[in-house]
Formats: sequence, C-alpha cells, structure tokens
Amino acid sequence: MLPLPYPFDRDYMQLALIAGLAVGASAPLIGAFLVQKRLSLLGDGMGHLAFAGVAAGLLLGVWPVPVSLLVASAGAVAIERMRRGGRTSGDLALALVFYSGIAAGVVLAGRSESYDASILGYLFGSVLTVTTGDAWTVVALGLGVVAVLAVVGRTLFAVVLDEESARVAGLPVDGVNTLLAVLVAVTVVGAMRVVGVLLVAAMMVLPVAAAQTVARSFRHAVALAVLVGVGSVVVGLGLARVWALPPGGTIVLVTAAVYVVLAVVGAQRQARHRPSTAK
Amino acid sequence: MSAVLEADRVSYTYGVRDVSFSVAPGEFVALVGPNGAGKSTLLRLLLGLLDPTAGSVRLFGAAPRTLKDRWRLGYVPQRLAVPADLPATVEEVVAAGRLARTGWRRRFKPEDRAEIAHAITAVALDDLKDRPVRELSGGQQQRAFIAKALAGQPELLVLDEPVAGVDAESQERFRDSVVHNVREHGAAVLLVSHELGAVADDLDRIIVLRAGHVFFDGPPADLAARGVSLGVHSEDLPLWLEDL
Repeated sequence: MLPLPYPFDRDYMQLALIAGLAVGASAPLIGAFLVQKRLSLLGDGMGHLAFAGVAAGLLLGVWPVPVSLLVASAGAVAIERMRRGGRTSGDLALALVFYSGIAAGVVLAGRSESYDASILGYLFGSVLTVTTGDAWTVVALGLGVVAVLAVVGRTLFAVVLDEESARVAGLPVDGVNTLLAVLVAVTVVGAMRVVGVLLVAAMMVLPVAAAQTVARSFRHAVALAVLVGVGSVVVGLGLARVWALPPGGTIVLVTAAVYVVLAVVGAQRQARHRPSTAK
Repeated sequence: MSAVLEADRVSYTYGVRDVSFSVAPGEFVALVGPNGAGKSTLLRLLLGLLDPTAGSVRLFGAAPRTLKDRWRLGYVPQRLAVPADLPATVEEVVAAGRLARTGWRRRFKPEDRAEIAHAITAVALDDLKDRPVRELSGGQQQRAFIAKALAGQPELLVLDEPVAGVDAESQERFRDSVVHNVREHGAAVLLVSHELGAVADDLDRIIVLRAGHVFFDGPPADLAARGVSLGVHSEDLPLWLEDL
C-alpha cells in the first residue's frame, strides 16, 4: 500500500485510483478522434454489444469475456463498414447495431440459466471492487491504446480532417477507421468489467468535449482532455469516498462540471476571436 | 514528355460521356462547365474515387487506384467546412498533407518540417500558422487546405472550386500560390472552377464540359475568339456557361 493521504489511504481506494487513472488518461485519447468522427456514442453502445456477447458466452458455457470482445469488435467493424458504404449515416449505423445487440442479449440471456447470477457482474463492474489483477489489466489496456495511437494518431487526424483527401493521398483510411472502432470495443469491454461501462464510455467523450471548448490546437486539446480525465478521476473518487457516493457516477459528474466551466471560458474567448474578418 | 493525367474515352453511368483529354507536366488547365455538366463526377473518376464504366484514366501512367507514389497527386476538395469544434491549427492541418509524402509510418524529419513551413508561406499564412483554423475567414481556411495539398510537393495539383465565394484578397493569394507551384516546382494544375478571373492570364488551357462531354478544349485565346472573356472583373464566363 502506498502512503497516500485520506481519502486514498485504503488499499481499495488506491487500486480504484490506479484503474481510474488508466481509464481517465487513455479513454480521452481514443475519444479525441471519435468525437470528431461524430461517433461519440460508440463507447456506450459497445456495452450493449458486450451484453449480447456475455449472454452468448454463458449460454454456450464458455468464458464470456472473449466472446463479448468478439461480438463488440464485430459490431464495431459492422458500424464502420455501414458508415463507409455511405448508405447509412453514422448515428443510424450505431442505432441499428446497438439495438440488434441488446435485443440479441435479451434473447440469449433468457435462454441462459445463469442470467441473474453472473451476467451483471460481467457487465457492470465498480471501480471500488477492483482487484490488483484487474487494475493492471486496465493499465495494460491503457498502455496499449497509447502505443497504437502513437503510431496511427497522425493518420487518424488526417482522416477526421478530410476523409476524401486522405483517401486520395493513399493513406490507409479504411484500416485506421476499423482499427479505431476495434480499439473502442477492446477498451470498453476490457475495462467495463472492472470500472463500469458508464465510466469508460463517458471518459471517451466528456473530457474531449470539455478540452476542445478552450484548446488552441488539436495537440493541446488531446493533452488537456487527458488532464481533465485524470483530474476528474482523482477529484471524483475523493468526493465519492468523503460523501459515500457511487464513484463511477461521481467521476462522470465532476467531468461534466469541468465541461460547463470550460465551455463558459471557451465561449467568452471565442466571442473575442470570432468577429475576426481579417483576410 | 508523357502526360501526368490522361482521360481516354471515359464514361460513367450518369453525368460523363466519352471524355478524353490530357494534362502535361507543368501545364495549368482549367475545367469549367455549367451546373450539372458532370464536373464533380469526372473529378471523382480522375482521382480514382469512382471507376469509369467505359474508358480509362491514367495518373502518371498508372490506373488511379494502383498509383504507388500518391504524393505526386495533390487534391483540394470543394470548400471544406472546418467543424466548429475542431481546434486544429493551420500548421497541424498543413502537416496532415505531408503524410502523403512521408507515408503514415515514418516520423517527420527536419526537411518535412521545412516543406510544411514552405507550404504555409506559399499561401501567405505565416502569421496565422498557430491560430485554430476555425477562427479564420473562409478564404483563409481555403488557403490552409491548399497549403495542405502543397505540403506533399505534388506534381499534379487538382483543385475543386477553390475560390468559390471567397474574398478578393484570398482569390489573389490563391492565384499567387498556384502560379508559384506551377513556376517554381513545375507542377501541373487542374483547376475546376466557375471563377477563372484571378488566374485568367496564367492558364495554358481551358476545357469546357457540357452535358457530360468535352465541348471545348483549347487555349484561353481561342475561347476569347468566341467572345468569351476571362477578365479579372468579368462575369462573361459564368454567364456564358449558364447559356450552354
């Protein structure tokens, strides 16, 4: 146990802090691209698909985590392919896959005898029940996200800026889009069992939304989003301990509060710059 | 010298019929036509974003989708709307264009940084390079995207309606940057536009598309001989196109 002050003086709080910080630092890195691609709800929807995967795993009598990873990744790829095909808008593609996923989950879970006993445990973890192994799993996931984005981040930026030009330039547009979708699926499914789907999905979007209201560059926005994510985890976890609140929800509410503050600051700043009509 | 771009009897399901023309290295060509003439479809066929139903397109001697050195082709799409919530700076946007040259794996070297700076200078945005693009005027934003295409040092620059609706100063800056690209780097330019006034004196050829096929292909002087003016303040060309 580390010699940290209250409210992080207990083992379970320190493990929660490690897992929370890993999510708070890595999820916004993915979210920076998702938000620009208008796929902010992709993380949340992966939870729906994971539900179908867990139910299928339980019904088949196999370990549900890899099955839910497979189902969520397949769903992510399907959404990307529908969006790419141009016949389905991004939000409609999300809705189609997610409702089908949750419906399949309900049907499969209904056929499974262990529905009540174990399905919720796989889907809705809590950051306060994190074990040492869980915490390192989330840290490893976070490091994986950082490593992948360090390689493909510039290409993803070029794609969110202008997909058609990126395609003409010969960049692997379809490859990085699919990789991003799968990265979301792996991160959500891997971390939701540990810290809860609410925390993972929200950390992909809210810190980014907050940061880009005041950021002066994309690089600055990403760095600030990570800072907001990490800071919200520390403050939210602390408040949850002090006032005996649910930690996941408290962290997300802190992030939302940061968004409101930064949005006001950003609006004031934009009011100063927006009238610029200089040629 | 072989053509950088060749369209040979290109047709598409709708909009383009039996179109043939070529663009030589260093040539400055404008592609014009009234609304619905098939310009956008033809452009997508030339760039390899669509496959022709008949005929063939060659970019630097290769089919567009099999072209290996993609940096040789620079593309500026029709007026991009920069999302209001995207905080990218001019320099970040232009740097994204350099990926065409470096590929997605290689890190930028000092010479890449120098070319990015050079492209920003070519469109006269040095003073604004650290500003978020969303805070710039429409004309400045368009120049940033032209610099993005120039950052790859293309041998053929394709621009789709680059000055539509932008202010006069940005049109002038646009002309300077494109002419600089043609003269300093020897690059060819294919410009799709209704507004040729700013570049009227610099064009080598004009191709007029009507109802999906080539209606006119020749130097501006030949078009002028038909009584169509491309003068800086003239509205002759747009009016003439509307009457086609």
